[in-house]
Amino acid sequence: MKRSWFAYPYSLWMVIFTIAPMIFVVYFALTDTSGALSLANMAAVGQETYLKILWRSLYLALICTVICLLLGYPAAYFLASRDFNRNQTLFVLILLPMWMNFLLRTYAMMSLMENSGIINTLLKAMGLEPVRMIGTEGAVLVGMVYNFLPFMVLPIHTSLKKMDQRVIEAAEDLGANPAQVFRRVTLPLSLPGVISGITMVFMPAVTTFAISRLLGSGNFMMFGDLIDKQFLELNNWHFGSSLSLVMMALIIVSISLLNKADPKGEGSAM
Amino acid sequence: MKKATAFVLAFVLACSMVLAAPALADGQKRTLTVFNWFDYIDEDVIRMFEKETGIKVTYTNFTTNEEMFVKLEKSAGAYDVIFPSDYIIERMIKEDMLEELDMSKIPNAANLIEWCDSPDYDPENRYSVAYMWGTVGILYDPDQVDGEIDSWGVLFDEQYKYGVFMLDSIRDSFGVCLRYLGYSLNDHSEEALDAVRDLLIKQKNDGIVAGYLVDETKDKMVAGEAAMAVMWSGDAMYAIEENENLKYVIPKEGSNIWIDGMCVLKNSQHKDEAMEFINFLCRPDIAAMNQEYISYCSPIRQVVEGYDEEQLAQPALNPSEETMANCEFFHDITEFMDLYDSRWMEIRA
Amino acid sequence: MRKTLRGIYLGLILFFLYSPIAVMIVLSFNASRSRAKWGGFTFDWYVRLTQRSDILEALWVTLSVAVIATAIATVIGTGAAIGIQAMKRRSASMLLKVSYLPMTMPDIVTGVSLMLMFVFVNVPLGYWTMVLAHITFDTPYVLFAVLPKLRQTDSNLYEAALDLGCTPMKAVRKVILPEIMPGVITGALLSFTMSLDDFIISYFTSYTDKNLSMVIYSAARKGIEPSIYALSTLMFVTVLVLLIIVNKRGALEDVS
Repeated sequence: MKRSWFAYPYSLWMVIFTIAPMIFVVYFALTDTSGALSLANMAAVGQETYLKILWRSLYLALICTVICLLLGYPAAYFLASRDFNRNQTLFVLILLPMWMNFLLRTYAMMSLMENSGIINTLLKAMGLEPVRMIGTEGAVLVGMVYNFLPFMVLPIHTSLKKMDQRVIEAAEDLGANPAQVFRRVTLPLSLPGVISGITMVFMPAVTTFAISRLLGSGNFMMFGDLIDKQFLELNNWHFGSSLSLVMMALIIVSISLLNKADPKGEGSAM
Repeated sequence: MKKATAFVLAFVLACSMVLAAPALADGQKRTLTVFNWFDYIDEDVIRMFEKETGIKVTYTNFTTNEEMFVKLEKSAGAYDVIFPSDYIIERMIKEDMLEELDMSKIPNAANLIEWCDSPDYDPENRYSVAYMWGTVGILYDPDQVDGEIDSWGVLFDEQYKYGVFMLDSIRDSFGVCLRYLGYSLNDHSEEALDAVRDLLIKQKNDGIVAGYLVDETKDKMVAGEAAMAVMWSGDAMYAIEENENLKYVIPKEGSNIWIDGMCVLKNSQHKDEAMEFINFLCRPDIAAMNQEYISYCSPIRQVVEGYDEEQLAQPALNPSEETMANCEFFHDITEFMDLYDSRWMEIRA
Repeated sequence: MRKTLRGIYLGLILFFLYSPIAVMIVLSFNASRSRAKWGGFTFDWYVRLTQRSDILEALWVTLSVAVIATAIATVIGTGAAIGIQAMKRRSASMLLKVSYLPMTMPDIVTGVSLMLMFVFVNVPLGYWTMVLAHITFDTPYVLFAVLPKLRQTDSNLYEAALDLGCTPMKAVRKVILPEIMPGVITGALLSFTMSLDDFIISYFTSYTDKNLSMVIYSAARKGIEPSIYALSTLMFVTVLVLLIIVNKRGALEDVS
């Protein structure tokens, strides 16, 4: 028996449960309810209504990613720096929310942001006007950042820790000031982690539907909501597949672009 | 090290066997899968049923008729008893998806009040037995609203910024607007639907809508999160019971009146158990438990006869004959649903 | 000074991350249902939690699915790693590329594609389809956890064992497995975690049987209920304890 045969169960599994389903998506996307080949559903994706939803999802996901990057990079940097990198507790604390159930985290946000929730109660107590949060785009954004921030911090932190300190020392020896060290040594070396973080935030953010439903009160349909509704309410499985196909294509394009920036896959948080 | 490995693997496998056993053993016991709306039964009732009959119940939910239909169409054989609304029952009878009921197994169906017995959509109750009925109306908080409400028009009043909860249910939201504009709830002409779409888009753009939700609105209205909500009568009744300030009204332009029935699927593997369950729910004491818990209108005679004065005064529970006459049933318009669907997407986008 | 400023920043981040959780923990003991007023201390919601059969059943579903899927995924994934190492470059590379798919494709696409296939083949969507789906997305994690460890071992040992008369299975068991065991355990842990937390894939591949995430989603759509706060407090404490243990054993670095 050859050693490579050990991989056969896996290969078989992947063909049946990963490749075949994708072929089904393509099949459903390119046919209509009678089973005949049809591009009507694919064309329908281009309608104004759906492009609007797609654009909104991309836009919110982008803003969320940028915010996570702006907030998360410094956090990862400080955590990995000499000041705190021996502090295991701190590291565990930052990681912990990631390991808590994602829906419970969203639930937590719901409680905070309700009209009769803690934040508004505090505002009223301070004599300020209560702010309407649940049901606004802002709430969805905050919810996304809240959920995805740890996923940005972790890979950047891993990347920074893997960095060889001697390179930094060498740069300092050669006369670079802290700003230059950061710009020309640290930042480029941490790029794989940044890329990984962006991947782990942007893609789930584009496709989420639970967060927009729970924090947006159904006011803002996102791409994930759209797909969910097509499949589990409107019974348009063919159109839903077309939408999924478009999404798959978008993801593949994003991955290829990101791969170009990090060909060796060093940023992979595994 | 090797011993530890073997031990760990064996332990894991043993655990999974033990945990999987109940799932695998299901084949021997009597089981039943019920597919019902959320918040639509007193859970004690399920437990009582399980105790009395020894049938293990898997209870799963849906939020709208449309969701129910997709899931049961696509997952054949997974469900036994379902609780569709009148127009869906109509559709399912047409498409031959329902099992003819053996009324000898459902003697308690004799307890049904007259107008729920042998309804238009299912003459002679061959395929369904009424479970609950109700209306669609506006639940509002008098403190947040000017004067009394008597028209659907208040939903589109710009002074209620973020003050209105709409139902995340296509036919209900369209139906309300159709009646307001003077059409029938079952109108599917492009002219009518376009008018509805424009009305709803304007409502959203004017910032009046607080959200498109289904079950969430009950608690939100109790907490005072909005001025008013389009609601099913039972949910409204529940909210009123929790917050006596709230009021329910069925506007003068008329509304939807509906019956939710209990049906058995043709491809069910547990038809006898399903009919036993239906029969159980028609028992007066059980029906009373459910009515009390979910606050909808029960079609069981004994329960209705048991309403007290306070309950009889509530339009959510006991609408006047006049009001009921002004209400319409939904009918099956599946062929035209994509006209509705595409406009609904435009509104929600 | 610099350390203080950095500390303040990290503190603020932690405050942001934990205040919602802290609020939930506090509210789980609140006798009043109000999200803002304190009505007295009580364990009632914890008691109510034990009465919620939907949550208890979902907990059982979540745990059992995670265990079964992890067990199978670990076996298949470890075998895959062992096999891939011995494969020709081309086939190995292709298999690895395919393995990236479940991890990079958004959950909704994985979920929907599996749902389409199951429906097409007329399989009712319930417990077992959920298990199959979980195995599918768990296995690559095992594979990618074991591969690095495998690369660190000397492939000649396997050949040597064969030369000395071992059957391939025995060689794997006695030679390769002990070397890669840390990777296998890491992979299993990762797979278990992924299964515990999954929402979207389970949502699409099981209609009748719900896991914990699905039940919480339904509960959240009905409105806030304090027994969910009790649930999240318990889960928070569990995760905290687990992470502390794992961290003490130094495995945290491996897992991240």
